[in-house]
Amino acid sequence: MVQHESPTVFAPWEDPEQKPLIRFIDVTKRFGDFTAIENLNLDIYEREFFALLGPSGCGKTTLMRMLAGFEAPTEGTILLDGADIAPVPPNRRAVNMMFQSYALFPHLTVEQNIAFGLKRSKMTKGEIADRVLEMLRLVRLEPFARRKPHQISGGQRQRVALARSLAKAPRLLLLDEPLGALDKKLRQETQFELMDIQEKTGTTFVIVTHDQEEAMTVASRVAVMDHGRLVQVATPDGIYENPNSLYVADFIGEVNIFRGHARALGDNRYEFTWAEGKAPFTAVSERDDIPASGPCSLAIRPEKIAITAERPEGALNAVEGTVLDIAYLGSTSTYHVQLAEGPVIKAQTANNRRISRRSFNWDDRVWLSFTETAGILLPGHE
Amino acid sequence: MTRRFSWFNATSLTFGFAFLYLPMVILIIYSFNKSKLVTVWAGFSTKWYGELMRNEAFLDAAWVTLKVALVSSTLATVLGTMAAIALVRGGRFFGRTLFSGMIYAPLVMPDVIMGLSLLLLFIAIGLERGVFTIILAHTTFSMCYVSVVVSSRLASFDRSLEEAALDLGCTPFDAFRSVTLPIIAPAVISGWLLAFTLSLDDLVIASFTSGPSSTTLPIKVFSAVRLGVSPEINALSTILIVLVSTGVISASLISKRAIIRQRREERAAMAQ
Amino acid sequence: MNLRRTLLIALPYAWLLALFLVPFGIVLKISLSDMALAIPPYVPTLDITAGWAGLKEFFSQLDFENFVFLTEDDLYWRAYLSSLKIATLSTLITLLVGFPIAYGMSRASDAWRPTLMMLVILPFWTSFLIRVYSWMGILSQQGLLNQFLLWTGLISEPLTILNTNVAVYIGIVYTYLPFMILPIYASLEKLDESLLEAAEDLGCSRLQAFWLVTVPLSRAGVIAGCFLVFIPAIGEFVIPSVLGGSRTLMIGKVLWEEFFSNRDWPVASAVAVVLLLILVVPIILFQRNQQRQREQEQ
Repeated sequence: MVQHESPTVFAPWEDPEQKPLIRFIDVTKRFGDFTAIENLNLDIYEREFFALLGPSGCGKTTLMRMLAGFEAPTEGTILLDGADIAPVPPNRRAVNMMFQSYALFPHLTVEQNIAFGLKRSKMTKGEIADRVLEMLRLVRLEPFARRKPHQISGGQRQRVALARSLAKAPRLLLLDEPLGALDKKLRQETQFELMDIQEKTGTTFVIVTHDQEEAMTVASRVAVMDHGRLVQVATPDGIYENPNSLYVADFIGEVNIFRGHARALGDNRYEFTWAEGKAPFTAVSERDDIPASGPCSLAIRPEKIAITAERPEGALNAVEGTVLDIAYLGSTSTYHVQLAEGPVIKAQTANNRRISRRSFNWDDRVWLSFTETAGILLPGHE
Repeated sequence: MTRRFSWFNATSLTFGFAFLYLPMVILIIYSFNKSKLVTVWAGFSTKWYGELMRNEAFLDAAWVTLKVALVSSTLATVLGTMAAIALVRGGRFFGRTLFSGMIYAPLVMPDVIMGLSLLLLFIAIGLERGVFTIILAHTTFSMCYVSVVVSSRLASFDRSLEEAALDLGCTPFDAFRSVTLPIIAPAVISGWLLAFTLSLDDLVIASFTSGPSSTTLPIKVFSAVRLGVSPEINALSTILIVLVSTGVISASLISKRAIIRQRREERAAMAQ
Repeated sequence: MNLRRTLLIALPYAWLLALFLVPFGIVLKISLSDMALAIPPYVPTLDITAGWAGLKEFFSQLDFENFVFLTEDDLYWRAYLSSLKIATLSTLITLLVGFPIAYGMSRASDAWRPTLMMLVILPFWTSFLIRVYSWMGILSQQGLLNQFLLWTGLISEPLTILNTNVAVYIGIVYTYLPFMILPIYASLEKLDESLLEAAEDLGCSRLQAFWLVTVPLSRAGVIAGCFLVFIPAIGEFVIPSVLGGSRTLMIGKVLWEEFFSNRDWPVASAVAVVLLLILVVPIILFQRNQQRQREQEQ
């Protein structure tokens, strides 16, 4: 990823001097009575790989189609390089799109597909031929230049679509579920290839996806959307480790959620009571919206919960339960542990030794423990 | 998938297709009959084909029919394709329901009513009847067939192909010309073929709208047929049947082969 | 709205308005006029130059006389009823003939089905008139059918088939058979074979499975096929005039004769208007059936 290569971390969104490439200002989009996007504000910076993540119908595709010019905002403005793009028709925008269906022209060869957009610019024939060759090299499809779309495989079609949308060197490339049609293994390979190409060309990418793993892998920042609103915009690790709501915590990865009552102990430490007659947990949170005393939720990722036969010594947060189910997933195992008080908690352990005897079995009594920084304290119960 | 094919199925198919094809086979056989008496076989002869070739009236009528069919099917293809695009892609416009109603109505309208109403129109505006009026009439009903064929293709057309063209810098018209039209071309061609055969076949509407100097082949055949079976008509029918079936069979073979080739190439591409 | 889009819609629209809708207006108008011996053989004609007075004069002369005439002369009544009867009966016969063929096609192997399909469609492209004509030589007094039946000894006297209603039925069934087969085949072909296996697994005999699963699931196709035969058969002209006799009464033929032989344009127009009214109900029912089918497929 970009941030690993540059000596300074790539984070233009933290630099107030940086001018965003794209600005959404109070954008609302309605289709009749249905509100697809509600009062949305968002900045996307040059060279970013920005992911729009959310369930289907959350408005992410509408957002992208507004950038491409196929939909116009009902209210608000979208700025590209500081200029309002509303009056610019899709064929004049310095924005190109890679379609979910690829939308390769079936009657044209791979070469002609890539040249299609170039022919509509002021380039000469020679320049077009050079550019097409360059694109074919970029996506490693030179041997297939003369084939028609139905004569190449799904993965190759995906790369033609990418080359075609990159050929005009757009300021912004939109990718609508670009890997949705590929099988899992190919998808993972292609993710890295996409990142590679993004880095090589220096183009700003905006990708729409419903696959959280994909968004986390490729993106510099991820925007989680729900019902036409942005719920959280942050880096992948920020989204995972510091979700700003139960919705995000639950949407990204697996999570255990305790609902209870928090009381401030000072120094960002809180006492979290979650069941009567049980020892309260202790949690640390730097958020400033945790009530001094009030309803809160504690979200803990399964891999941050340790599972042991005895209560670990000195553990701040520990509960006892019975193993209900064991899911062996290869690299990890997930234990479903029934607490005496009702909830079933998931705890994950890494299987880092081969064919080791399983330490725990069904109906074993076990202890679950976690540190005070493992859980994320969030205000409220929703 | 295995399907159970029983004796009952085989029998009904045999009898069914015998029923469909036997009359035409008999017609073809008897066109080579030497005898003038059409029901008595008197030996092989091609003399009726020769008679037919010397029959000026039939040749004239054939020429009129061909002219009408060529012009009207071409006009109908242009208008029908426009109508299909207007219906599928035109969005909302004033009187859209009436428009789509007028597209579908001629498909179920009895020929006699179509013919009568067009004739009354031509008389009301004082248009002299002839080749021109038949062309107008044929264009009107066959454009509706073309429109139905093309719009069903357009409806299944992946909209994102057009959007991709726009995205890559095409104007809407440019996108239609360089992407949509080449892809729907097969539907447009079959629409044209349909319009052409409809025009060749039409008797009733042509009877209403033709003038004394513009007799088409079906009109000629009809007036001959009313006098009874004639070996000359058998010969003419044979020629028409052979021409049309060769055309239709070879067209379907060509498209079938194209589909098979495409499937094979797709499979090869997937196997890479 | 840009000029290209306007032109795209306006051109076919204007064409259909001028050559489809306006002619109907004229038919309607003439059906309300009186017959005259001059040409055009009806009065009043609309004189636009006379302005409003002319228009008023024109409307005051229109009446329903021709429609009253249709109810008085039982020729028309009998023609309408006989058209309905012939269309209904021949639709049923076409169904009886067509269903087993469509069923057999849907049971055929994958390799055969495209060919069979082609064989059903091919007659549709061949001239309608020729296909009707091909039966004349078979059905006539000395025709092949009679020769065959006499040869087998089933009959001793040649039957009179040509120029009777029987010949009309044969003609309709023959020419419209593909319209019946294709929709039924389309619905049978989609039928999942495992449904029949499930029915048998649950204790049905093969015949019961056919009756309880195949038949209900092909209903939409059967309905569509019946309408596709019934609607054009009502207004049929070629078949009754080539194969039927002088006593065959069908409304299309009556209209033709009224127009060409009697030169009574107002009555011919009134006949056309009534025929159209009769067709409205089946056409609407047909459209609804098609729409329901489309919705189910989505």
